Amino acid sequence: MATTTPPPTPALLTTLTHALVALGDWSLFAARVFAGIVRGTFRGSELIRVSFEVGYASVGVIAMTGAFIGMVLAVQAYGQFHTLGLDTSLGAVIHMSIVRELGPVLAAVMLAGRVGSAMAAELATMRVTEQLDALTCLGVDPVKYLASPRVLACIILTPLLTVFADLLGLLGSTLICLQVYEIDSYHYWRHTREFVRVWDVATGLTKSVIFGGVLSLIACHRGFNSRAGAQGVGRAATEAFVLAFVAILLIDLFMAMLANAIYDLFWPPITPRIA
Amino acid sequence: MTGEPIIQLRGVSVRFGQQEVLTRIDLSIAAQETLAVIGESGCGKTVLLKLIVGLLQPTEGEVYFEGASLQSLSERELTRLRLRVGFLFQQAALFDSLNVFDNVAFGLRVKGGLSEAEIAQRVRDRLQEVGLSESVQAKMPAELSGGMRKRVGLARALALDPEVMLYDEPTTGLDPIMTDVINELIVRTRLSRPITSVIVTHELRTVRKCAQRVVMLVPRVRLMPNDESQLIYDGPAAGLATAADPRVRQFVEGSAGERITESNSTD
Repeated sequence: MATTTPPPTPALLTTLTHALVALGDWSLFAARVFAGIVRGTFRGSELIRVSFEVGYASVGVIAMTGAFIGMVLAVQAYGQFHTLGLDTSLGAVIHMSIVRELGPVLAAVMLAGRVGSAMAAELATMRVTEQLDALTCLGVDPVKYLASPRVLACIILTPLLTVFADLLGLLGSTLICLQVYEIDSYHYWRHTREFVRVWDVATGLTKSVIFGGVLSLIACHRGFNSRAGAQGVGRAATEAFVLAFVAILLIDLFMAMLANAIYDLFWPPITPRIA
Repeated sequence: MTGEPIIQLRGVSVRFGQQEVLTRIDLSIAAQETLAVIGESGCGKTVLLKLIVGLLQPTEGEVYFEGASLQSLSERELTRLRLRVGFLFQQAALFDSLNVFDNVAFGLRVKGGLSEAEIAQRVRDRLQEVGLSESVQAKMPAELSGGMRKRVGLARALALDPEVMLYDEPTTGLDPIMTDVINELIVRTRLSRPITSVIVTHELRTVRKCAQRVVMLVPRVRLMPNDESQLIYDGPAAGLATAADPRVRQFVEGSAGERITESNSTD
């Protein structure tokens, strides 16, 4: 007698379902974290400790990244600009790139690697060693107690570190342009002032706030949902970085489109009329 | 012993994904009783303990605490209930970032109602009760030996004067002398206050010294066709060696028997 078996679920559908379930779980996790931030259900000393780790301890690596990216951009772009006789416009292009894109994105990526992975590993270790369960038994919601201060610290400090990366990027590129390639400083700065607007700085910093929140939420979520054992802890740390990196790129694209749309709405582009 | 059940599990099953760990468990624990839950690794002892305090939710069935189903409690009510239960974790689960004093004081600060001076006094008392001096208060958990970590974990659990103490393998990984120290502390804890204790262990010295009643769990893969439950023994510690079920006697004797080759183990 023939029996009918249900057709196998396509792998793509299963993957999509898992991704949607994970996104839903992450959203609920984020809601709990923000509830913790609003109610302040964590110790101030924990916020200070995490802020030190996120902020002060990241200054070196952020400074180095910002400075070198600025210098490399100057070196790479100089050839083309010099050929066209646009040396003095280098500052405008480089500074715009740093303030709008490279500063926020690279600072966030560095933080995802340095801080996000460490957060995920720390929380995963706490899960594996039952410290999260111990917190629950002692009447504390571990999400609000541990994740809320970490996310708050990243939301506050990522834009500050981005400003630092931006400044070091400007310094690095200016050093190369003015000292190595001996570009006229007056016109260099004049073009920079003409092209780099407050709007560019504001959109860059707005992005960095969102990057900080998202990367820390991903890191904490991975840590809280780590699998058992050393392999589980390692995997949580890796996933925290990879997922945060992908999220930063996607958000960057979305935010760039959104920022342009908003700018065009308030300051419509002037289209030249042909008589 | 005896009295109204303070904890009850009725038809409790727990499944993680496709893997079923506990199936239709029925168990009542009387107030001020000391119950030992024994069984080989992977049989679901720790899962059973975590069900009692609401750290895990049953897939089927209900867990009752003083007649109230844990599933029916709000998060706030569940938190209040948890503060009445002390839990000594397998590796003590001390908070790495806090020193011994802050670990023991943690629950007291969360619960509130005590001044810092009263908290300091309570911490000193509990540390003294588990045989630790004041000099240990400033140490970090990483500086402590396994036995000391267990003592601090016990002090932290007892700081809130719990009505129920849950011990998850309290003597695992300790030397024989430290094992006896922890066993003695469990007995003293029971004698010094009206407390219900549930001890998950596979250490028979702990069972014989501390428990008034013993239940034995078998992993689902070792269930026989005529088994009605995973609980294959429920009685006094003295009856373990002469139990009717050969699996209980094999566990007590610690003999490998036919188990030298694992063909269907979940471990």
